[in-house]
Amino acid sequence: MAYLIKGAHVVDPQVGLDDVRDVLVEDKSIVEVAECIDAPDAEVIDGAGKYLVPGLVDMHVHFRDPGFEYKETIASGSRAAAHGGFTDVATMPNTDPVTDTGAEIRYQIDTARRAGLVHVRPMGALTRGEKGESLAEIGDMVMEGASAFSDDGHGVQSAGMMKTCMAYVSQFDRVVCAHCEVESLSKNGVINSGNAATRLGMFGWPPLGEELEIWRDIELCRSTGCALHICHISTAKGLEMVRAAKAEGLPVTCEVTPHHLFLCDEDIDDTYNTNLKMNPPLRKRSDMEALVEGILDGSIDCLVTDHAPHAAHEKDCEWEIAFFGTIGLETSLPLMLTNLVSTGKMSWNRLVEVMAINPRNLLRCKPVKIEAGSQADLTLIDPKREIDVTKEYFVGKSKNSAFLGSHLTGVATDVLMAGKRTLTDGVVA
Amino acid sequence: MLSVRHLIDTPSLTADDITQILDTAKSFDPIVNGRTIKKVPALRGRTIVNLFLEPSTRTLKSFELAEKRLSADSISMGGATSSVVKGESLADTIQTIDAMKVDMFVVRARLAGTPQKITENTDAIVINGGDGKHQHPTQAMLDLYTIREHFGHLDGLKVAIVGDLAHSRVCGSLAPALKTMGADVTLVAPPTFQVGDPAWFGCTQTNHLDDVIEDMDVVYMLRVQLERMEGAAIPSRREYNRLYGLSLEREARMKPNAIICHPGPMNRGMEIDAEVADCARSRILDQVNAGVLTRMAEMYLLLGGEE
Repeated sequence: MAYLIKGAHVVDPQVGLDDVRDVLVEDKSIVEVAECIDAPDAEVIDGAGKYLVPGLVDMHVHFRDPGFEYKETIASGSRAAAHGGFTDVATMPNTDPVTDTGAEIRYQIDTARRAGLVHVRPMGALTRGEKGESLAEIGDMVMEGASAFSDDGHGVQSAGMMKTCMAYVSQFDRVVCAHCEVESLSKNGVINSGNAATRLGMFGWPPLGEELEIWRDIELCRSTGCALHICHISTAKGLEMVRAAKAEGLPVTCEVTPHHLFLCDEDIDDTYNTNLKMNPPLRKRSDMEALVEGILDGSIDCLVTDHAPHAAHEKDCEWEIAFFGTIGLETSLPLMLTNLVSTGKMSWNRLVEVMAINPRNLLRCKPVKIEAGSQADLTLIDPKREIDVTKEYFVGKSKNSAFLGSHLTGVATDVLMAGKRTLTDGVVA
Repeated sequence: MLSVRHLIDTPSLTADDITQILDTAKSFDPIVNGRTIKKVPALRGRTIVNLFLEPSTRTLKSFELAEKRLSADSISMGGATSSVVKGESLADTIQTIDAMKVDMFVVRARLAGTPQKITENTDAIVINGGDGKHQHPTQAMLDLYTIREHFGHLDGLKVAIVGDLAHSRVCGSLAPALKTMGADVTLVAPPTFQVGDPAWFGCTQTNHLDDVIEDMDVVYMLRVQLERMEGAAIPSRREYNRLYGLSLEREARMKPNAIICHPGPMNRGMEIDAEVADCARSRILDQVNAGVLTRMAEMYLLLGGEE
């Protein structure tokens, strides 16, 4: 199958491209990029007024498969990913059983191939069962295709165990993705500490619980040489520590979610909207503003969604017993376009860095460039198309979005994944 | 008429709302405290469900008596007898009761925000009888009534709230209500019991009871909630009593006209010494009496507005 994407504004800083081009795709690859291509046998995708970028990557999602298929499956999560404009996702290992062996990695990759909508790049657990007690079979998982390692959902509580994990991973050219949470400080916390906790009468989850472990893991990075990636950073001070580590030249990177960029604890009012219950929690306005600054100035390397599907009954209940998390795959790009790109704060080049180039590098995947010979993982974006974020908008299995009710402008309309059209004018294949 | 449809929290109440509640409660005083037949037909035919999802004795009995004295039909159900313990969701429980057509829910819950969630699942009016560590507005109203009875006013009074503020819905509702009425509030507690953001209440904060006790018109001792202490925030009952307990010695330093309140149940010998609990300044049993009057007023004002 051949596709000719005609007249789109192509943005790819990897090849210095920021101009209108035609792009011809044959089979799984890009075969030509030029100002005007004539290819009578190819199906034409009209790119006029749209932007074409390397396929978007979300390196932090929960597809709940195996174990919690009532929330999401690899197949349903893949649909949500394609709908949001993604060609690649990295799935977190807190499944049931925990993804801590090569066989579990293989299961996810094979299942995703059958679904055929997105490249699933599973992460493996650092420790067996994510219990923080003993090393998981990390080498076995690398050999089956694990993209990175994380005990996401928990911090590894023992500094000694985390040091062992990072030292062991350092032999494999893989990144350790750290969910930073000192549980003796966050214990029982369900909302940011301070005003929100006081106002709504619940235990606080303090910034210190996150920052202390970021500091610890940066020191372990220095000691072991293992590349460290801080998951879903949420505080200004945590970001300062990452900045300082980068300035020193340490292999430290970090990610942020749209909900930590565009929401804060002031958005939680006495209606106790449980779709705003996150881990880490929505922080203060000043933290939110610092994170926006960080993703603009390069301190934050990538945007992730922490896509966390939950069934309706797990959210339609009292805040303290509601599950943590929001879905994100289908609103991530529209939120960035609406809040940062269309307002002129973020360039298209920077958007492509944080949503495609950097996460792909961190997952140690082969770069996708808009040039002849590259794999045809491509996302076509209409910056003017408007969406209403309603439950009906979502094609994934769960609807627990923190952004329900929003009106957003700019969305992916077409996606090619290894040359296969997974999204056609906003409709998943 | 109150400016709110439900009584969920005190920050939503205006000074006029609070004054209406206290004045209406005062009008019930001769009925409850003066007559042999302590009953009026104000809420005859109205149905009230007391949904107590957390154990409570005094608040539940106070509501039940207030309902009887207003001639309402009421039933009480607790966590142990309701389907909540069988794993039914709150929404299902409320919709089930709602289908039987009731006019009001009085709810006590372990989890913050439960009364608000209930309003989303019923057309009935909801009174919050205490939700987790969040709010206990009917306690605040009975406290204000008691204090106003003694001083004749609330504005300008200096009130110290002393104790386990971090776990306290009493503090969370009393402090804002006092501020609304023009009183000055000082929060006294060890750092490990202080609220996360005292500025939210507009209160001053200290760790030293001895520094402030001589200036206070009201010393409000909170129960140290032993059942809620997760992790040791204080080393021992003995040390707490020595640093923060209201002893006879401290009581002797209070202003001549100052009073002592406590929401109960008391830990005698911990936050308050036995002799102090029973001394002339103590308004603890007056608070209990005011509880029935103010709860009658709240139910009357919230239900009386609709026909």
